[in-house]
Amino acid sequence: MSDDHLVIAGMGAGYGDVSVLHDISFAVPRGKIVAVVGVNGAGKTTLLSAVAGLIVPTRGTVTLDGADITRTAAHRRTGLGLAMVPEGGRLFPFMSVRENLELGAYAPASRSGLVERMSEVMDMFPILRDRQDQLAGRLSGGERQMCAVARALMSRPQLLLLDEPSVGLSPLMTEKVLATVTDLAAREGLSVIIVEQRVTEVLAMADIGHILDHGRIVRSGLAADLRKDRQVQETYMGL
Amino acid sequence: MTELVNILAVGLLLGGIYALVSVGLNLIFGVIRIVNFAQGEFVMLGMYGAFAAQITLRLDPYVATVLVGPALFALGAFVYWVILRPLQGQPMMQVFATFGLLMILENTVLALTGGTAYSVNSGLTGYSVSFGPIQIGLPRVLVLTAATVVTLALGWYLKSTMHGKAIRAVAQDRNAARLMGVDVERIYMVSFGIGAALAGLAGCLLSPLYTMSPQIGMNFIMPAFAVVVLGGLGSVKGAYFGGLIVGLTEALAGFYLDPALKQAVLFLMFIIVLVVRPSGLFGTAGAEEVGLREQS
Ligand SMILES: Nc1ncnc2c1ncn2[C@@H]1O[C@H](COP(=O)(O)OP(=O)(O)O)[C@@H](O)[C@H]1O
Ligand SMILES: [Mg+2]
Repeated sequence: MSDDHLVIAGMGAGYGDVSVLHDISFAVPRGKIVAVVGVNGAGKTTLLSAVAGLIVPTRGTVTLDGADITRTAAHRRTGLGLAMVPEGGRLFPFMSVRENLELGAYAPASRSGLVERMSEVMDMFPILRDRQDQLAGRLSGGERQMCAVARALMSRPQLLLLDEPSVGLSPLMTEKVLATVTDLAAREGLSVIIVEQRVTEVLAMADIGHILDHGRIVRSGLAADLRKDRQVQETYMGL
Repeated sequence: MTELVNILAVGLLLGGIYALVSVGLNLIFGVIRIVNFAQGEFVMLGMYGAFAAQITLRLDPYVATVLVGPALFALGAFVYWVILRPLQGQPMMQVFATFGLLMILENTVLALTGGTAYSVNSGLTGYSVSFGPIQIGLPRVLVLTAATVVTLALGWYLKSTMHGKAIRAVAQDRNAARLMGVDVERIYMVSFGIGAALAGLAGCLLSPLYTMSPQIGMNFIMPAFAVVVLGGLGSVKGAYFGGLIVGLTEALAGFYLDPALKQAVLFLMFIIVLVVRPSGLFGTAGAEEVGLREQS
């Protein structure tokens, strides 16, 4: 019996009359990193939005720890151990780094351990300790992404959704952020869905990969196999 | 000299009234992005609430605040949930709905009272405070004091409590706030309730000063629009100082130019600020308290 943390089955989603995702099905085994890669506009953000509850799927189901959460309101999912780092970080720009982190622990279940967790998270990202009183809107791109990841970790999630953490970052910074995520996932026993356009880098860190094209999953496999796949290399890695 | 001091005092006190009315209006705008046209009618209901508390329970209007404030909070929360929430995502419709609400509240009170010009008595009416050469009635001083206290208290709440931070988070990025576990609909409801409660509080405090009429809300909402534009949309502190500036301007213009021109001067200032400095006089609009910005 496999231990699937999250199962997406036959999911369709979109905006109003526009349907974007078609028949998406995959599972996230507990403690594994699943990468979903695809070009701009493929539907990566839409996929994570549906898993996070920001949009409601038009078809299919999303199951977390065996419970159907397809229609659970987004704000209740934090309490179920789910956290998301949205595209661009989406920090609260007029609030300090510290306040952003505090809000990460807004869910009632996370509040009691807030102070302790804050210092743990600041140990993971020491730069945030130095910047804690600074407005989040003033952070550099890399710091902003770190802060967004840190904020998501404040609720002690078990499943982390990451939307293109590399956007706007230099290759060096991207590598640093992805390495941090890999490290954290191992240390905190996190399951992760990471969506990315930087296929090479993300397939290097992930366990499982899916290729999303025009809202459909067109290839799936072990990340290591996909990396060696000729067709994937030609289409997505520019090799 | 005494004359100028007198005018400034009158202006500041008037400004206190505008500030009290505008702080709630601006909180609602900053968080929910709705211009609540019915805010003046909430003030009007606060006045009639003080009147009702006086004839039924023999309460002094200052005591009635503890009943009227929560009652208006409940009304505001109800209005949000039943009327505005179903119109989510259609901001124009929400604004029209608040305009409809304005008419409904005004006409209902008109029908209930037959337009009788009621007034409320307070035990404090006879007292006055002297500031150097001038004497000011205690009720007016209390309005300015209340506006100051409310601004400071609301500012503290938004800055220092977890719930207040959630309100600011929703104002800055509602979807990111959802991801933090914030129930955005509930924050909207509570913010609308707080805005209405502040208007109700203003109504109570104003009731010993004005003779009531169902249309009295208009007198407050027009200057309040000038206030929020001056102070910066969405900013609580801006609404306070904007209120004082508008009050002072009105008093000075009324004395030195022509009383008939005071509103014209106000709205001339309003348009100039809109054109020259759309973020208001106090820097980035709302940045400090709620933190306004465009949302996707
Ligand atoms: N809020 C929205 N309303 C309507 N269409 C949208 C919205 N967001 C995204 N789309 C459309 O959905 C498709 C997928 O977008 P998205 O999920 O953001 O792709 P990706 O994250 O892979 O770049 C695109 O065609 C985009 O235009
Ligand atoms: Mg995207």
